[in-house]
Amino acid sequence: MSEKIIEFDNVTFIYDADDDESAVQAYPALTDVSLSINKGEFVAVLGHNGSGKSTFAKLCNAILEPTKGKVSVKGIVPDTEEKADEVRRIVGMVFQNPDNQIVATIVEDDVAFGPENLGIEPAEIRKRVDDALKCVNMYDFRHREPHKLSGGQKQRVAIAGVIAMQTECIVLDEPTAMLDPMGRDEVMQTIKRLNREMGITVVLVTHFMDEAVQADRVVVIDSGRMVMDGTPKEVFSQVEKLRSCGLDVPQSTEICHDLGIKECVLDVDECVDEIARLLGGAV
Amino acid sequence: MIRDITIGQYYPGKSVLHRLDPRMKLIITFWLIVVIFLCKSFFSLGLIALTAVVAAAISSVPPKMILKSLKPIVIILVFTAVLNILYTEGGDVYFERWGIAITEKGVNTAVFTMIRIVSLVVISSLLTYTTTPTMLTDALERILSPLKIFKIKVHTLAMMMTLALRFIPTLIEEIERIMNAQKARGADLESGGLVQRAKALVPIFIPLMVSSFRRAYELAFAMTCRCYTGGEGRTRMKQMKLGFRDFAALLFCVAVTVGVIVLNHFFEAVI
Repeated sequence: MSEKIIEFDNVTFIYDADDDESAVQAYPALTDVSLSINKGEFVAVLGHNGSGKSTFAKLCNAILEPTKGKVSVKGIVPDTEEKADEVRRIVGMVFQNPDNQIVATIVEDDVAFGPENLGIEPAEIRKRVDDALKCVNMYDFRHREPHKLSGGQKQRVAIAGVIAMQTECIVLDEPTAMLDPMGRDEVMQTIKRLNREMGITVVLVTHFMDEAVQADRVVVIDSGRMVMDGTPKEVFSQVEKLRSCGLDVPQSTEICHDLGIKECVLDVDECVDEIARLLGGAV
Repeated sequence: MIRDITIGQYYPGKSVLHRLDPRMKLIITFWLIVVIFLCKSFFSLGLIALTAVVAAAISSVPPKMILKSLKPIVIILVFTAVLNILYTEGGDVYFERWGIAITEKGVNTAVFTMIRIVSLVVISSLLTYTTTPTMLTDALERILSPLKIFKIKVHTLAMMMTLALRFIPTLIEEIERIMNAQKARGADLESGGLVQRAKALVPIFIPLMVSSFRRAYELAFAMTCRCYTGGEGRTRMKQMKLGFRDFAALLFCVAVTVGVIVLNHFFEAVI
């Protein structure tokens, strides 16, 4: 059994109508969620709008505190400010809107912001910043102003900012929701590289099926409850159940399902093969 | 188009002025501004003007850009010149009619004030041309850090300045977006009298305020996530070091000051 990094133990979270202007009354955003995320995993958390997936992300690094139950990160329960800070050194976070998380007016200064907060030596920060920017392919842009970059580039800068803090786990809360297809692709490639090459645990909160397919494990949240947890194949083979949660399945999966193909298909290539087989010809 | 705006007016370069420690640049600029006001004769003022010209020459900032920074003050220049000519009396009278007298002293004062204002603007804009806003706020934070003993939160102030600078382009984009959205709904922003136009701006500023608060909220989250807890225990990637160059610049500044005082002493005062 591999090492657990984030553990949710019967977590319920209720938004207080006083805290959140959009809430009409107190309602549970998450109900009795229990799961653990292992070190090195790439987990996609799927759910439609208002399913509680964003709340899930914010609970992971102590921005929100569970109303009931317990969230712990490497055994640390963030019940004090100090412990919350410790948790944030382990779990980094990237938000949806890249504009609202960039702090500095120069790209490299922004990437340095996190490590500076950790009180790291200047020479070491320099090295980390350069490495992080190279890792997201933004090194050539290090002296540029963030507002002159594209959405995908900005989001990569935000990711570099977390990499430079050398957290063991990165939680991304719909990082591609505001990007165009090209920016989305850039960001997904970067996220996969973080997980595969650097061994960083990735929790990707998303509502794009095509992104979830690329993960090792998919967790589906619907109306605040965890309804599915498994490999992409296990989850996406249950087309009807996903649809009942208001979610789609990847297009390729949908076509094959509707054609009555039993095999669960996740990408275009597999889809082509299956259809070819159905037609009785070879590609 | 609007995406291309630069914050401040930094002109990238590698000149000596660019490479000076921003703290020293800030101090020297303020110093020279004070010295400008110490000048009493044309000769001492000339020395300062010469200093400004030399500094501009070695800054590698194109003269065109420096002239551009003078453009907004043309009206002030003309206004002060006219007032000085009309209301200062003394010395030879060049022209006298309709109750207006133009005297030698008036003309001298007008020219003197003009040179003074121009040098002032050139010197201070050289600071912003050769220093990025981030470096300036950083320098300001470090220079003011002794104020901590009076419980003034210097770091917080500097951070607020940095964030304000950072969000100027973002908010400009936002205003553009809101304006387009309101125009699409038939808002008329360009016609009508002053009052009507001011009223037309209300549906632009209210969404802007709301979204700014939302941004501030999200930014605070993001900063917390990156372990920001204020100035305590923070380090800096970019260290500032005073080098030989900086002390040379300071020495030069002292020399100019001494020169001004000496010239003031030996030549007739204009003001």
